[in-house]
Amino acid sequence: MSAPTDAPPDHIVRIERRGPSPDDALLGMDLADLGYSTSGVRRSELVFLGGRFDQEGLDRVLQTLLREPLGVDLTVGPPPAMGDHVTVVEVARRAGVTDPAATELVRAAQRLGVAVDRAASGTRLELSDLRDNRGQRPSESAMADLCSRLLANPVVEQWALDEVKPGFVVGDDTAAAGHEVEVIELRTLDPDALELLNRQRSLALDTEELRVIQQWFTGEQRDPTDVELETLAQTWSEHCSHKTFRAHINTGDGLAVEPLLRQLQAATTTIAAPWVVSAFVGNAGIVELSPGNSVAVKVETHNHPSAVEPFGGANTGVGGVIRDVLAAPAQPIALVDVLCFGPLDTDPVTLPHGVLSPRRVAEGVVAGVADYGNKMGVPTVAGAVLFDPGFTANPLVFCGCVGRVHEGAGALTGPHRGDRVVVIGGATGRDGIRGATFSSMTMDATSGSVAGASVQIGDPIVEKLVTDALAELFNRPAPLCTALTDCGAGGLASAIGEMADGVGADIDLAHAPRKYRGLHPWEVWLSEAQERMVLSVDPGRVDEVLAICERHGVSAADLGSFTGDSRLVVRNGGDVVLDLPTAFLHHGRPPRHMTAEMVAPDRSLRSARVLPTDVGDVLMQLMAHPNIASKASTIHRYDYEVLGSTVVRPLTGAEHDGPSDGTVVARPLDHHGLAIGIGVNPWFGVHDPRRMAHSVVDEAIRNVVAAGADPDRVALLDNFSWGDPRRASTLGALVAAVQGCCEASVAHGAPFVSGKDSLNNEYLGADGTRHAIPPTLVITAVANVPDADLSITTDCKRAGNILLLVGDTRNELRGSHLDMVMGSDGGGEVPAADPLAPQRYRGIHAAICAGLVRAAHDCSEGGLAVTLAEMAIGGRLGIEAEISGDPVVSLFAESNGRLVLEVTPHDVDAIRALIPGPVQQIAVIVERQYVRIAVGPVVVERSIEQLRDAWQGR
Amino acid sequence: MTVRPPALVITAPGTNRDGEAAFALEQAGAVVEVVSVAALAEQPWRLQQARLVALAGGFSYGDALGSGRLFALEAGAALGDGLRQFVAAGRPVIGICNGFQMLIRAGLLVEPTAPLMLDHNQSGRFECRWVQLDVPASKCVWTHNLDEPLLAPVAHGEGCLRGDTAIIDSLERTGQVALRYAAAPGVAAKGEYPANPNGSHHDIAGICDASGLVLGLMPHPEDHVMTRQHPQRTRGATDGNCLRLFRNGVDHARDL
Repeated sequence: MSAPTDAPPDHIVRIERRGPSPDDALLGMDLADLGYSTSGVRRSELVFLGGRFDQEGLDRVLQTLLREPLGVDLTVGPPPAMGDHVTVVEVARRAGVTDPAATELVRAAQRLGVAVDRAASGTRLELSDLRDNRGQRPSESAMADLCSRLLANPVVEQWALDEVKPGFVVGDDTAAAGHEVEVIELRTLDPDALELLNRQRSLALDTEELRVIQQWFTGEQRDPTDVELETLAQTWSEHCSHKTFRAHINTGDGLAVEPLLRQLQAATTTIAAPWVVSAFVGNAGIVELSPGNSVAVKVETHNHPSAVEPFGGANTGVGGVIRDVLAAPAQPIALVDVLCFGPLDTDPVTLPHGVLSPRRVAEGVVAGVADYGNKMGVPTVAGAVLFDPGFTANPLVFCGCVGRVHEGAGALTGPHRGDRVVVIGGATGRDGIRGATFSSMTMDATSGSVAGASVQIGDPIVEKLVTDALAELFNRPAPLCTALTDCGAGGLASAIGEMADGVGADIDLAHAPRKYRGLHPWEVWLSEAQERMVLSVDPGRVDEVLAICERHGVSAADLGSFTGDSRLVVRNGGDVVLDLPTAFLHHGRPPRHMTAEMVAPDRSLRSARVLPTDVGDVLMQLMAHPNIASKASTIHRYDYEVLGSTVVRPLTGAEHDGPSDGTVVARPLDHHGLAIGIGVNPWFGVHDPRRMAHSVVDEAIRNVVAAGADPDRVALLDNFSWGDPRRASTLGALVAAVQGCCEASVAHGAPFVSGKDSLNNEYLGADGTRHAIPPTLVITAVANVPDADLSITTDCKRAGNILLLVGDTRNELRGSHLDMVMGSDGGGEVPAADPLAPQRYRGIHAAICAGLVRAAHDCSEGGLAVTLAEMAIGGRLGIEAEISGDPVVSLFAESNGRLVLEVTPHDVDAIRALIPGPVQQIAVIVERQYVRIAVGPVVVERSIEQLRDAWQGR
Repeated sequence: MTVRPPALVITAPGTNRDGEAAFALEQAGAVVEVVSVAALAEQPWRLQQARLVALAGGFSYGDALGSGRLFALEAGAALGDGLRQFVAAGRPVIGICNGFQMLIRAGLLVEPTAPLMLDHNQSGRFECRWVQLDVPASKCVWTHNLDEPLLAPVAHGEGCLRGDTAIIDSLERTGQVALRYAAAPGVAAKGEYPANPNGSHHDIAGICDASGLVLGLMPHPEDHVMTRQHPQRTRGATDGNCLRLFRNGVDHARDL
C-alpha cells in the first residue's frame, strides 16, 4: 500500500437503480446544450474493491453494505458486452481526491471482518444512439471533448470510453514523505529568467516582489528551497496579503489615496461602537450585539474554484468560511450565500472556450452549497442569486457564516513561547495546491488544467466532527488551547506562518497525517486539504486535547512548537526545508504602488421612457426577471430550519412562498434574535460605483430593519469582487466604491467589522478578449433584534389595513431593472444616498417595537410596483394603491431608503408621529385577489395568480 | 411532583438535529442525555437506564452507502440486540429523518428483510419545506389522541417511502401508518408535490412498529415545539404545534 495507485481492483460492483432518475433528464438537457442527442441513458454507480478477502467476504460486503431491499440491481464482475449503438463512458475520481463514501466502505468492511484495504467509487453511463447535431456518431476526439466538458470534470475526475481505472483511496498511511527538496538557483537569474520562473511555478508575484526576494536571499548568501519560495508566494499573494487593499494608490492627477483597508478601518474607528469586540483582525469580525451575546461573522469568496469545479468550489467555500468562524472560536449558527451566474439560457455555442455553461455552474454551485451546509447542520438562511452576462466566464460565489462566540474565547492570548503546534482534522493530500496564487491570477482556457489539484472536494462530516471537538475544547471559561486558526488558502504554511508571526515556530512535517505517501515536503506544507485547524496548546495540556479529539473521531497531530525566536523553521524528518524570519515573511513584501483613474460617474439627463399601453406588462416582465423572480427552487434545497432557531425565514407568508427581506434566527428560549440582510447591485456599480456602495449598504441595513432589527446595532461586512486592479480605471472604480462604503457606514453608524476582496475576476478568451465582471460589492448586515417575538415579515396580513410608503422616490433609474426589461439604458442617475434614512430607520424600529407594524417590505430591484406585488403574493391578499407623481418614477425607480409598511387604520397617526420625513398613505389591503396601482391616468392591474405565476416562472 | 423520565438521544458522527430533539423532549417533560453510539458501545448500561430513546436526524456517516445504513450497523455492533429488548420492555423509541432511515435499516419498524425502504426523493433533490401532517387512527403511542393535524418542516434527500404492495397494505391494515402528508388539514396530498414532498407511497410520512412503541418519521416535529417557530407566527397562527407528539412519548415513558 503506497502512493495513489492505479493497480486494478479485485472486484467491480455495479449498482443500478431501476426506473428513470431525475439526473437523466438533467443530462439530456446538458447534452442538448452541446448539440448532442441520445435515445436513452443507463446509469450505474461503480464500486471498486481491493484487498485480501474471499467470496464469502465479498458476499458479506455486498449484502450488508451495498444491497438495497428493492428497486436496485447489483452485479459483480466485468460489464456485459454492449451493442454497437451504445457509447460507454466511465468516470472515477482522480487519485487523492477525497472520496468519503469509499473511505467509509473500507472502514465498514473492516468492521465486518472483511479485509477490504482499498475502495473507490465511480459512475458508468451507457448512452444509446448518441448523435451530434448532424446525426453523426461522435468521433473519438469529439467524445474526448464531451467527456472533459460535461461527463467528467478533469480537475477531479478521470474518464474512459470503456472501463475506467479507479484512483484508489488507500488506507491510513502516515509514513514519512519523500525527501525531495529542490534548491532554486535564484540569485543568478536576470529579470527575464525571474519572470519565467514566476510563470512556470505559478507564483503570481509582482516584478518588484521577485526582486526583493532575490535581494534577500543574496544577502543571506544562499538560494531558497522550493518550500521557501512557494511559501513566500502564497503569503504574499493577493489572496492572503490583500496587497491592493494595502497598496499606496495615486490617482491619475497625482493625488495620494489612503490605503483602502485603512479607510475602512478608519470608518469603524470613527463610529467607535463599544459593542465591536474585534474588527479586521483574526479570521472573523466579532460583535457583542446584545449584552453577553457575542457573534463572529465572516463572508468569503470562492470564485475561481467555483468556475472550474462548481460543486467542489462552492462546497469548500462554505467549509472554509465555517472554519473562519470556528477559529473565532465560535459555534456556527447561520450560513449566507450570494451567487452570481451568467444567464441560465446562455447559448452554449457563444461560450468562450473552456467556460462551463451557466446552467451547469449554477447547478453545481447550488448543490455544493447545499451539500456542505445541510450536512454540517447549520441553517442556510439568507442570500441572493444574481444573473448577468458579465458573470458567465467569472461566476461569483460569496459564502458567509455567523457563529456564537464560545465562552472561553476571551482567554485566548497565545500562541505563547513553548506552546505546541497541533493540527487537527482531515489528513493532508495533494489537493488544493497553490489555491491562493491560483485565486490571484486571471483565468483563461487552461485554468481548469493549470488549477489541476487546486480545487478540492470537501468532507462536511469531518468538519462537523471538528466543530463538535472544538466546542468541547472552548466552551469553558479556561479553554484548552491558547490560540487557533484554520487551514485555508496556503494550508499549513499560511496557518502556522500567521500564528508564528512575531513568535516563531519549529515544526516537523514528518508528523503531519497524510492521505498517502510520496508527497513532496512543499506539497504537504502548502496543500489546502480541507477540514483542518491549527491549535497552539500548552505542553501540559496536549494529551487532554488529543484525547478529546480522539473521542470525537478527529485526527490530531503534534507537529512542533512555537519557539519565541521569531523564526519559522520547517523540517521534514531531519532536514530543514524552510528557515525564514517571520518579520521577512509577513512584513518583507514591498508595498504595491498603483495608479487609479477616477472616472466621473455617469449621471446624464434621463430621456423620457415611453411605457407600453398596458403598464401591467412591464410589471409582469419585472416579476419574471431572473434577478427578481422567486428563488424558491434554490432555497428549498438548503436546510434553513436545522437548529430550530429560524424565526423569519427566507420564504414567508400564507403559503410559505413570499420573499423575505432580512431573515432572523433566535434560539427558542432567547429573548433577542439576530437578523441578517444582504445588499448587492452590480448594475449600479457599472455606472457609479460610489453610489452603488451607498445603495447596497442602505439595502442591507433596511433589510434587517424591515425584519425587526435595531438600526443602532448593525455590523457590516464588505466583499469586493472586482476585475484586475492593475488597470487604472478598474482600480478607480474600487477606490470610489470603498469611499462610498465608508461614507455610508459612518452615516448609518454601522461599522465594518470584516471584509474580503477577490480581485482579478477576469477571463482571457482564446481570441484575446478579456471578460471582466461588473464591479460587485456585497454588503452583509448582521444586526440585533431586541425581541425575537416582535420580528415581522413582508406579507400582507389583513384586508382593511393600510400600506404606507416611507421615504422619498426620485427620478433615479440608472441601472434599474426597468431599463433591463425595456432592453435599453435610459440614462439618468444611479440612486443617491438618502441622508434621512438613518433617522427614518430608527423611527420604523420604534414603531415595530411598539407592535404597530404588521408587515414591512423594502423597495429595491423593480421599485415600488414589485414591492407591492410581492407583499400581495406573500399574504394572498389584494392591494388597491393610488400614487402621485410621474408614473415611471413612482412605479419603477429604485431610490434608496424606502419601505412599505402595513398598519391598521387606527395606528396610522401613531406611526406618523414616530417616523420622521415623508410617510405617504398609498394603499389599502383588500380581499379581492389582485393588485391595482393607479398613478394618475396610468393603471397597473393584475391578479395575484398572474403575478405569482410570472414570479414563480410557471 | 411529576416524575421526569430519563430519555436518551443517540447520535452518530454527522448527526445534527440532536440538540433540537433533546430540547423538544425536555420541553415535553423528560430529563435528556445526548450520547454517541461510540460512547454507548463502552457504556451499554446507559441504554438500560433510559425510559425513552430518540434517534436524531442528520447525515450519519455522511450518508455513505445509503442513509442510515452505517448508523444501524454501528448501533448493532455497540448494543447488539439492546434496542430490540428496550422496545420489548415497553419503552418508546422515536427515529426522526436519519433516525427513521436507521430504524428501517436496523429492522426495528418492520422485518429487516422486508421490501420497504426510504428512497431518494422523487424530485431528485434535497427538500426543505413545511408540510401538513394528518394523523390517521393508528396503534402508535406517539400520535395517540392527536386530534389536530401537525405542521412541521421536512429536510431530507432520501425520504420517499417505497415498498411492495403487500407490505404497504399490511402497514395500512394493521394501523401502523402514523402520519400522512396532507394538502390541507384533512385533505389528502394524493402524491402531489410539494404537499407530499418526496413521493412517498400512500403519502406516508411516518410509520410505527407492530407494538406501536417505535415511531419513524421523516418530518421534524422537534423543529416546531414553540409558537415562535411557527412559520405563520406573524399571521397569528398557533396551531400545528408538535410538542404534543413528544408529550405523548414522554407521558408513556413516565408511566413505565
